[in-house]
Amino acid sequence: MPERPVADRPMIEITNVTRSYGAFKALDDANLVIREGEFFSLLGPSGCGKTTLLRMIAGFDNPTSGTIAVDGQRMEGIPANRRPTNMVFQSYAIFPHLNVEQNVAYGLKRLRLDSAEEKRRVEEALGQVSLNGLGKRGATELSGGQRQRVALARALVMRPKVLLLDEPLSALDKKLREQMQVELRRLQQAVGITFVLVTHDQYEALAMSDRIAVMFGGRIAQVASPKEIYQRPVNRQVADFLGGMNFVKAEIVEEQNASLLVDTLGFGRIKTDKPKAFVRNGSGATLGIRPERLRVLWDDSSAKFEVSGKVVERHYFGEITHLIVEIPGLEKPLSVTETNDFGADDIPVGSSIRLAYDPEALVALAD
Amino acid sequence: MSGLRRFLPGRSWLGAYAAIYVGFLYLPVIFLPIFSVNTAATPKFPLSGYTLKWYEQLPHTPALLDAAWNSLIVGISASVLATTLGILAARAITRYRFPGRRSINGLIMAPLVLPEIIVAISMLLVMLQLGLSLSLFTVVLGHVLICIPYSMTVLISGFEGFDRSLEEASADLGESAFGTFRRVTLPMVMPAIISSLLVSFTISLDEFIIAFFLTGTEATLPIYIWGQLRFAAKLPGVLALGTLLLVLSFVMLSIAEILRRRAARRTSNEGGLYA
Repeated sequence: MPERPVADRPMIEITNVTRSYGAFKALDDANLVIREGEFFSLLGPSGCGKTTLLRMIAGFDNPTSGTIAVDGQRMEGIPANRRPTNMVFQSYAIFPHLNVEQNVAYGLKRLRLDSAEEKRRVEEALGQVSLNGLGKRGATELSGGQRQRVALARALVMRPKVLLLDEPLSALDKKLREQMQVELRRLQQAVGITFVLVTHDQYEALAMSDRIAVMFGGRIAQVASPKEIYQRPVNRQVADFLGGMNFVKAEIVEEQNASLLVDTLGFGRIKTDKPKAFVRNGSGATLGIRPERLRVLWDDSSAKFEVSGKVVERHYFGEITHLIVEIPGLEKPLSVTETNDFGADDIPVGSSIRLAYDPEALVALAD
Repeated sequence: MSGLRRFLPGRSWLGAYAAIYVGFLYLPVIFLPIFSVNTAATPKFPLSGYTLKWYEQLPHTPALLDAAWNSLIVGISASVLATTLGILAARAITRYRFPGRRSINGLIMAPLVLPEIIVAISMLLVMLQLGLSLSLFTVVLGHVLICIPYSMTVLISGFEGFDRSLEEASADLGESAFGTFRRVTLPMVMPAIISSLLVSFTISLDEFIIAFFLTGTEATLPIYIWGQLRFAAKLPGVLALGTLLLVLSFVMLSIAEILRRRAARRTSNEGGLYA
C-alpha cells in the first residue's frame, strides 16, 4: 500500500502553550504544528505532559497560557462537545448500558440524521474496524480488543477532523498490541483523518507515526520522523528513551558550523555531524551509537573502521543475541545486538572479537 | 463426593442443624399469614376455618388508614431525603480521595450498630432542645438518620468504579452536560438509586422505636399495630395487616437487591478494565 501523502497544511497549531498546576508546569511553553492527514505521536515517559496536551486539544483541560487552534480555528472557550475532535480513551469508556450499535450511534443521535442514514454510518464505522455483525452485542460481553474497536468506531463515525488516541493499546497483550499497531496505521491511511496518538511505548510510536514529538518534563525535546528521531536524536535523553544506546565520551578537537571533529579513546578521531541543538559545554562531548550499528567481524573479514574487545556477557533473545563487549580505553562496555543468522549466539563469553562500525552512526549528543 | 462425605461424619447433623435454624427463624413468620386467614379470633390450633374477612375489614378501619397514610408520607419523605443525602455522600466517597474519608464513612454507617433506643432517646432530647414539636416531621428526621447507612451501602456499591471517562466520552461525542447526565450518568446509577429508595422506604415503614419516641399524636403503622395488641379481639386484623407488610417488605427488598446487583455489575465491568 503506498503511503498517503501528508498535506502541507496545518491541522493543529499549538502556540506557546503552558499548563501549570500551582508552581508545577505540566506543560511548559509547547510549540507544535501537526499537519492535516498526519499520524502524529506524542511520546514520552509518564508525567511528561503528553496526556495533558492531548486533553487540552480535546477540550477537557485548558492552557494556562498560549493558544491551541484546530483547522485554523482558535479553541479558547470552545467546550469539548463542540470541538471537531474525537477521542479514544485509555479505558475505552464504552457505555456499559448500551450495546455496540448504540455506543457507536451515541454521538450521531444529536445530529438528528434520518434513521436509514444513521444506520448506514454505524454500519460503515463498524466495517472500518472489522466489527461487522456484532452490533447487537452488549458492551459488557466484549473482549479487550473488541472494546478498543468499538471505541474507535464510535469516534470515527463522527468524522472528526482530528482523532485523539490516549494510550489506546496499553491495555492489550503484546501480540494483540502489535496487530493493532498495523491495523491502526492502515485505518489512518484509509480514512485520511489526522491522528494524534499519546504513548509511552517507543516501538508503537516508531511503527505507526509519520512524525513523533518526544517529550520530557513538560517540554518538547524533538519533533521529527521516526527514522530521524531514532537515528539522529538531539540529546542523550531522547537517545536513551528511544531504545538502547552506547554513550562514548569524546574531546572536541575542532568545531565547525555543521560538523565536529572529536577524539575518543575507543574509536579514535572521528568527524561527525553537528546537530542543531548541540550546545558545547567545555571541550567535552558525548557520542552515541546504537547497539545494532556495531557489527561482529568474523575471522577473516575486516572493515575500514573497527574496534576490538572482549565479550563479557551474552544474552539470547531468539532472533537476536545481545553481547556486552569491553573495549580497552572505554569506561563502559559496549552493548551490541547481532542477528543470530551467523552464529552470534555461539560466541563464547571471554573471547576476543572485533566490531565494525560506520563513523556516520556515531552521533554527537547534547547533554 | 463420597470421599468428601467420609471425612465429614457430622455432615447429616450439620444439615439438621441448618434446617432447625432456618425453621426457628421463619416459623413465627409463617404463623402470621396462617392465623390471618383463620375464622377464630384467637390464634390457636386446630384452625377453625378459612376466611378473608379480617383482610376485608382492614379498609374499613379509619385509624388504620390514617396510620397507613402517615407511614406512606414518612416513608416517602425519609427515603427521598436519605437517598438524596446518600447520593452526595456516596459520590464523594467513591470519586474523591480526601483525608478522613474512611472515618467519615464509618461515622455515617454507625447508626447501623448503635442501640436504636439510645438513638431514639438522644434524638428526642435534641428535637426538644431545638424547640421542635413532635410530629411526623420529627419522625422523618429520625428515619433519615437510620436509613442513610442502608442507602449508602446500596449507593456505594452502585457508584463504585464509575469511570469518569464515561462522562468525558459523552461530552467528546458532542453531548451537553445535561444530556450527559440524562443519557449516561442517570441510567448507570438509576438502579442503585431506585434500590436505595426501596430499601429506605422499607426500613422506615417497619421502624417502631424511633417513630414511637418522635411522633406526636399521629401514629405510623407499627405504632398502630402496637396499640391494637392490647385488644385481643383486634388480633386477627393485626395479623392480616402484618402479613401485608411482610409481603410488601419482602417484595420491595428483593427488587432493591436485584437492582443493586445490576448497578454494581454495570459499573464494576467498566472499572475492572481500568485497574
